[in-house]
Amino acid sequence: MTLDLRSGTALEAAAVDVTGTVDVSFTLNGRSVVLAVEPMRRLTQVLREQVGLTGTKVGCDAGDCGACTVLMDGEPVCACMVQAARLDGATVETVEGLAERDGLPHRLQQAFLRFGAAQCGICTPGMLMSAVALLRRCPHPTEQQVKDALGGVLCRCTGYSKIIQAVMRANEQLPEAARAEAGTAVGCRLDRLDGLAKVLGTDIFGADEWPQDSLVVRVVRSPFHRARFRFGDLDGFVARHPGVVCVLTSADIPGRNLHGVIAPLADQPVFAEGEARFKGEAVAAVVGEDAAMRHLDLAALPVEWEELPAVLTPPEALAEGAPAVHLARAGNVLVRGLVRHGDPQAAMPQADAVVEGSYSTGFIEHAYIEPEAGWARRVGDRIEIAACTQAPYMDRDDMAAILGLPPEAVRIIPTAVGGGFGSKLDLSLQPFVALAAWKTGRPARIVYSRTESMATTTKRHPSAVTARIGARRDGTLVAMEFEGVFNTGTYASWGPTVANRVPVHASGPYRHPNYEARSVAVHTHTAPAGAFRGFGVPQSAVAQETLFDELADRIGMDRLEFRLLNALDNGVQTVTGQVFAQGVGIRRCFEALREPWRTARAEAAAFNAASDGRLRRGVGVAGMWYGCGNTSLPNPSTIRLGITAEGRVVLHQGAVDIGQGSNTVVTQVCADALGLPVEQFTLVGADTDVTPDAGKTSASRQTFVSGKAAYLTGRALRSQVLLRLNAAPDARLTLDGPCIRAGDRVLDLRTLEADARGYVLSAEETFDPPTAPLDENGQGEPYAAFGWGAHLAEVEVDTDLGRVRVLRLVCAHDVGRAVNPTLIEGQVEGGSAQGLGLALMEEFIPGRTENLHDYLIPTAGDVPEVRTILIEEADAHGPFGAKGIGEQVLIPTAPAILNAIRDATGVLVRHLPVTPDRLRRALREQG
Amino acid sequence: MAKYMRARSLDQALECLARGPCRIIAGGTDVFPALGDKPIRDDILDISGLCALRGITHEPEAGHWRLGALTTWTDVIRADLPPWFDGLKLAAREVGAVQIQNAGTVAGNVCNASPAADGTAALLALEARVEVSGPQGLRLMPLGDFVTGVRRTALGPGELVTAVVVPDGGADPGVADFLKLGARHYLVISIAMVSVVLRLRGDGVIGRAAVAVGSCSPVARRLTALEARLTGRAPRALAALVEAADADELSPIDDVRATADYRREAALTLVRRSLTRCEEALR
Repeated sequence: MTLDLRSGTALEAAAVDVTGTVDVSFTLNGRSVVLAVEPMRRLTQVLREQVGLTGTKVGCDAGDCGACTVLMDGEPVCACMVQAARLDGATVETVEGLAERDGLPHRLQQAFLRFGAAQCGICTPGMLMSAVALLRRCPHPTEQQVKDALGGVLCRCTGYSKIIQAVMRANEQLPEAARAEAGTAVGCRLDRLDGLAKVLGTDIFGADEWPQDSLVVRVVRSPFHRARFRFGDLDGFVARHPGVVCVLTSADIPGRNLHGVIAPLADQPVFAEGEARFKGEAVAAVVGEDAAMRHLDLAALPVEWEELPAVLTPPEALAEGAPAVHLARAGNVLVRGLVRHGDPQAAMPQADAVVEGSYSTGFIEHAYIEPEAGWARRVGDRIEIAACTQAPYMDRDDMAAILGLPPEAVRIIPTAVGGGFGSKLDLSLQPFVALAAWKTGRPARIVYSRTESMATTTKRHPSAVTARIGARRDGTLVAMEFEGVFNTGTYASWGPTVANRVPVHASGPYRHPNYEARSVAVHTHTAPAGAFRGFGVPQSAVAQETLFDELADRIGMDRLEFRLLNALDNGVQTVTGQVFAQGVGIRRCFEALREPWRTARAEAAAFNAASDGRLRRGVGVAGMWYGCGNTSLPNPSTIRLGITAEGRVVLHQGAVDIGQGSNTVVTQVCADALGLPVEQFTLVGADTDVTPDAGKTSASRQTFVSGKAAYLTGRALRSQVLLRLNAAPDARLTLDGPCIRAGDRVLDLRTLEADARGYVLSAEETFDPPTAPLDENGQGEPYAAFGWGAHLAEVEVDTDLGRVRVLRLVCAHDVGRAVNPTLIEGQVEGGSAQGLGLALMEEFIPGRTENLHDYLIPTAGDVPEVRTILIEEADAHGPFGAKGIGEQVLIPTAPAILNAIRDATGVLVRHLPVTPDRLRRALREQG
Repeated sequence: MAKYMRARSLDQALECLARGPCRIIAGGTDVFPALGDKPIRDDILDISGLCALRGITHEPEAGHWRLGALTTWTDVIRADLPPWFDGLKLAAREVGAVQIQNAGTVAGNVCNASPAADGTAALLALEARVEVSGPQGLRLMPLGDFVTGVRRTALGPGELVTAVVVPDGGADPGVADFLKLGARHYLVISIAMVSVVLRLRGDGVIGRAAVAVGSCSPVARRLTALEARLTGRAPRALAALVEAADADELSPIDDVRATADYRREAALTLVRRSLTRCEEALR
């Protein structure tokens, strides 16, 4: 017999329209709240839009990312999946309730700041709330307990290590914050200067703030990879939908309906005209009042679609008779790249051993946790656009062209950026909100859905690579041939950059007397492939570095020593004929791995000897080089520094901090160049109206290029002060209110006249790294400096299931000078986690994996212990010798893991990702 | 315009359902992801306030344990339950992550009828039944009959799942296990999963064996031939009893997570491992 729960009087449940409201009474961060809510509104929306608490972030609206974690009745839940009506009687705690009064951070928030656990900060509130629930039950958790508690929150920046550390140590005595005297900031583990807002959850991302009375924009997108389309009665649609203000199409664009990050190749329309060329391409945007837009069914917009045959892969696109993605680009080829050095075809027969292999990788999604968001408003004849971006000045110029305005009439105000990794270099939402604001005269805002973000923004290029490498019996390289086909998607985006960078870098950091690398970027009807941490180099490194292991084995050399033997050095020609007199640090990186390599190999051998064969361990290494800044193109950054009469030192730092730390690093460099402590600096963040152009946050250039500009600016201002005081070049400066002192000489700033910006002293300097063009054989000096590195991976393979666990990574990087070691470790841990994802789990399939449960990125449970070894082989151009690190950290991880899997099992999987089924099939084929 | 109704009692809920079809929401972990940014078209019946439906109770006179429809996965993890619930507890820890376990319900997982429902395999191995309330009163259905296909159940018009019940294991020692295989840790949809429940007889041999496999067929399946082979055996070297043909009861598909061939093989690998783990637990 079963208990019958029916009881009481059968009162009818009151039915309300889902768009109507019900009253709920609940406790929010300790206070009683009564609200009228739409019953099925997501709690995230209630908190953010109704209550104004935007610390709770929205990453996916599907429970896949955990960014919206709040505590409901004390337990962590995803606020995006709590219906508002359920709030009645509940207790809700958000990140805003975590901090002490007066914005004093909770000790967990302090720990996040101190240990560098927040990079971009978008996952931080979700991490904090998940962790605080654990810490209440268990004040001193183990690593496993922390991972279990944080497993439901994705982070794409940090690689989780520092977050786990912060949670484990939150209830211990925290280390004091590092402080740097004047002139000692470089090399110091300062807390991230913009970190407090990130750990408090008060940083303002693209979706977190908007002008009152903003209209909401939603974009209508192609449901097909390729389709002809025709609009029906759009005016009728607007008339039938109260609250909808207008529908925007290509006809509403006052300027040109084209944009692109490489101006001469600009080919991407804001709205497709007549034919949509990838699934998710925008064809129209609906603009209206928030309440109306929230309940609008976009599918009701009258569009007739006629699906057309599409090409989704390069072989299809290159086939005879394939439909042209762009009529002007014959054969669907966007661009080809070539580097040729020596004569590999003639030399190859002299090799004692030759290895060859074909490889492939798929689309990789950036999967930052912040979907694109922002707003725009018209101010007279100007437009202001606040959005997440990595490239404010490029946005400005492209938006000016789209709106038919002079560049000065466009103001780009980057919001905090919740991860970028290359994709937020390209325009996404900006044209939609700008056009809406321009046309209606009212501010307009947009927040992309996760699916919209994944389906329509740029991806890492899928690659198909074939390479052949030969060596002599003594281990010296004889020749290398490389050919890479890259799927560049519908539009040019950064396809040419990938096609140019790959042939330069496909050699790896080695001396190749004879080398030829060819690349081609091929258009298909897929989302544009663009910039993603490494611009094609991670893909080429997979081929070259795994072939190196096979080659070393063939000639019977230790795999690490083989690399060392062939490693580049000062005074040795690279494959583009460039010779560096200084700054080549790759040998030291490999040397730093010798001891870990020996130890790890011995441990793996002992493990395998004792194993029944089901679990096997292996160790792999891989090297990397990566040029800082644009390839043989101008790449300037400008930084401004001013001092007011009151003695405020203001740094106009326009290098967008997307979590990597440029706000902090650029300031550290500038402070030491000027000779005043960082804490006396006030930062003015990127804004095209108030910060000079510091270029894009891309190509690992901000520390190197903008850092150098900051260095030059700091030195220039210092010279002015010294000149006015007639002080010695090495004089110690101090600033005390309006008085600046050098030794015993005092300059009263109030006696000086202020310029138009209010500064009595100011300097503005530009740095453009010296490069030389590449000739028709790709010979020349593409970069002023390279970053160098090598990773060692230890893996355990479950051979019956093909499942790989990465146990440990040892990452040696030559950073020239470690300006802030904590931030660099953060880059290494986060970048290598992305490399791990590339190796083992990530593949974007257009139309199929447009969410964060089908597209997998590593969780807290997947990342290994990461040991970072920093090498400082100073570069003559870099600020205090510093080089870039942002992309370098990702490149060697995947090949090191593949080499470790091969070391463990004898099987090399050449088609990524190495999912369990692929590895298991390879193991079976091996027998 | 779609309506929203929040039930204050089971009767209210059933009356709502009697008036017409509704999308039922409890923990919200399936409803909201499916909704995306589309407008709500279906009438919604919110049963999340029916506190009486939450919790796990032992009902010896009925010979079963009752998991009320609003019992969350965290409730399962924290409940004091006999050892043959260990497989269900392990499955509970694999449902999404903590956030999902705190909100998602056992009954919701069953009703959502995903081939990859972590709970279904474990509940099948426990020979769970689904308690359905409706216009005709209560009925109990075997879980294997309740879930009829991908996203399909035997829930009729006007009906609501009010509990999942698990038959009492009796006094005989039992052991249970659950293994999930995914391409990452946490927040992952299974490539394959296996749950095993073994109950010993007084003489120390296996009296009843249940082996269920999920994510390898439209609905999680029991490997009945293997179960028959296991019955009557002493709990030793059980993995050797698994035969390649046992996978014939499965009908996996190729998808973004794995190929069908791989699933077939991996499922049996997991079964062997789970049997060995059960053996070890019995020692």
